[in-house]
Amino acid sequence: MKSTHVKLPLGAAAIAVGIGCATPAMAAGWSYQQIADALHAVMESDRTVYTRLIVNRLQNQEKVIKASEHWKDEKALVLPAQMFRFGAEMVAEKNAGFTYALLSEWPVNKQNAPKTEVETEGLKAIAATGKPFYKEETLGGKTYFTAVYPDKAVAKACISCHNDHKDSPRTDFKMGDVMGGVVLRLPM
Amino acid sequence: MKKKTNLRWWGLWLVISVATAGAVYAALDSLDNPRPGAADLVLRSWLLPGQTSHGHYQIELACTACHAGAFPSRDDVQEKCESCHAKDLKAADDSHPRAKFTDPRNADRAARLDATYCVTCHVEHKPGITQRAGVTLPRDYCVICHKDIAEDRPSHTGMAFTSCADAGCHNYHDNTALYEDFLVRHAGVGRMQDDPTVLARNLREVIEELGDYPSETFPPVTLARAEADAGDALPASAAVHADWAASAHAQSGVNCSACHVPVAEQGGDPAAATWIAKPTETACVQCHGPEVNGFLAGKHGMRLKAGLPAMTPAQARYPMKPERQHEALGCTSCHGSHRFDTAQAAVKACASCHDDEHTRAYFASPHARTVAAVARGEAAPETAVTCATCHLPRVAYDTPDFVRRTLVDHAQGANLTPPVKMARQVCLACHGLGYAIDALADAPLRAENFPHAPTRRVRSIDMAVTREAEAREARAAQERAESVATEGGSS
Repeated sequence: MKSTHVKLPLGAAAIAVGIGCATPAMAAGWSYQQIADALHAVMESDRTVYTRLIVNRLQNQEKVIKASEHWKDEKALVLPAQMFRFGAEMVAEKNAGFTYALLSEWPVNKQNAPKTEVETEGLKAIAATGKPFYKEETLGGKTYFTAVYPDKAVAKACISCHNDHKDSPRTDFKMGDVMGGVVLRLPM
Repeated sequence: MKKKTNLRWWGLWLVISVATAGAVYAALDSLDNPRPGAADLVLRSWLLPGQTSHGHYQIELACTACHAGAFPSRDDVQEKCESCHAKDLKAADDSHPRAKFTDPRNADRAARLDATYCVTCHVEHKPGITQRAGVTLPRDYCVICHKDIAEDRPSHTGMAFTSCADAGCHNYHDNTALYEDFLVRHAGVGRMQDDPTVLARNLREVIEELGDYPSETFPPVTLARAEADAGDALPASAAVHADWAASAHAQSGVNCSACHVPVAEQGGDPAAATWIAKPTETACVQCHGPEVNGFLAGKHGMRLKAGLPAMTPAQARYPMKPERQHEALGCTSCHGSHRFDTAQAAVKACASCHDDEHTRAYFASPHARTVAAVARGEAAPETAVTCATCHLPRVAYDTPDFVRRTLVDHAQGANLTPPVKMARQVCLACHGLGYAIDALADAPLRAENFPHAPTRRVRSIDMAVTREAEAREARAAQERAESVATEGGSS
């Protein structure tokens, strides 16, 4: 899909922080898709670092601490998916101008199932192609540039938790499978 | 003749108009007074559009505590709500945070219930429609977003939406004692835990690790009665000296000047210092910061925090004893001056004002018997269940210096709403979760101060356990089917 160019540098500050080089002036020439891709690159990298260097290393390799959904009560590490969600929640609290969420066709929490038409279409598309999906959608009277990125099982922790969880509708995930998607929305 | 009558009426109209406008102007003007006097409070009471809820009525005459100004926007009010409540919501892992409703994917839900603002569900000054926890929506509000719950949870089929938030099943904000895995983990414990004790207090042991404790001026050593430093500046009776010498203060190096001399003048020549005859919470806060903050957040102290004159029991909505109706509440109202006997503060002080069924029934309750056993030396101090054990609970508190210490949370109403909030924070130290949930859900039993075991059974734990078992069985069946399929395929 052909992206429109952004007149006002939406989320320019976020991008400047995120990729450490773009200035607001440069951001004026960025397309919605480029902004979404850049934001997603930061999110995906941070979470992969957390998953591999913290959770996989300390839980699976060194076996010094567990990661748990109830991390506070069980004095455990935050699950990578929760780390991602807490970040998304903090971004929402900051009114940063965009929102993102981790959704799946096979969610542990039913509230994270696809809800809008674009979410449904996007999650199906990324599961089939393994590639990002972009589309405009209107929600609550506002138009958004919505990007859906495949979220793949990058660590054993991802698949073991989802395959064993009593609320998981799917229990045969393997490493590298698309388990869900990151849905990122930029207001247009 | 006719003309003259008209003039009289016009004159009366003018006088009334000017008086009304003047009163409204004066009342609005008084809103900016941070330390309102009696006249300000009368003027403000005229502006009250209706009684406020249980949580706010102590500060309803501190209008700007919620309204920011005479004509605040919704966002201004929201900011005020959050300035007092955001921290607690965060700590309770709020199940419905604002971010859930600002998310565009939930735009349709936010359109039905704009829960990005507290006042959507908690409208103030509406006593006619105000329910528990200051909620002003009809009690079946969960249906607005969760009408299809029975599809996901067949066990919920036919349940009334007015029953979701019954104590023991779900809360809108705080579900830290009600999430499924927590219920399952705590299933199977009956009336009592194996080791029913609460946290021991330990401020004395951690004093030296606390950065904001004035241990240089008042090193934590035991002081003898002769070392009292007030001297001629503030002559005191022998009884006062004896009370102080027997207190935890004297045993921790807290001399007269620690409370009676302003911070800026402490450590110098006591004879040259200003001496305060009746210190207030501003003295206590030097060493008991989180305790004082709790006091100022609860009903006993919230007036002080809002700049109003201290609360008196006469201003309470609960029944209070007539003899203490007009005592202004401060730290020493419960702790007494000089003796600071916490055992006294934990029961007798409460009952010296409170005069409701629950308070009166305490003295014949099983909980009161634990206090008697401790007094007889038959049980450890941490097994005593006083008024404070439940209402001013001991909690693990992390200081800014990363020191974990026991804090007596003085925000005495904080764990009351919803009732089950107390289960996790307090009851669980001694009782099984199911027993606690059942007891807290039983309003008459609460009023009678728990004279016997609860008779009503809340199904939440049973439902969670059943669901867990069903999921395990389904998983096992699936694995059996898979292994059969694999064997079939390989043969």
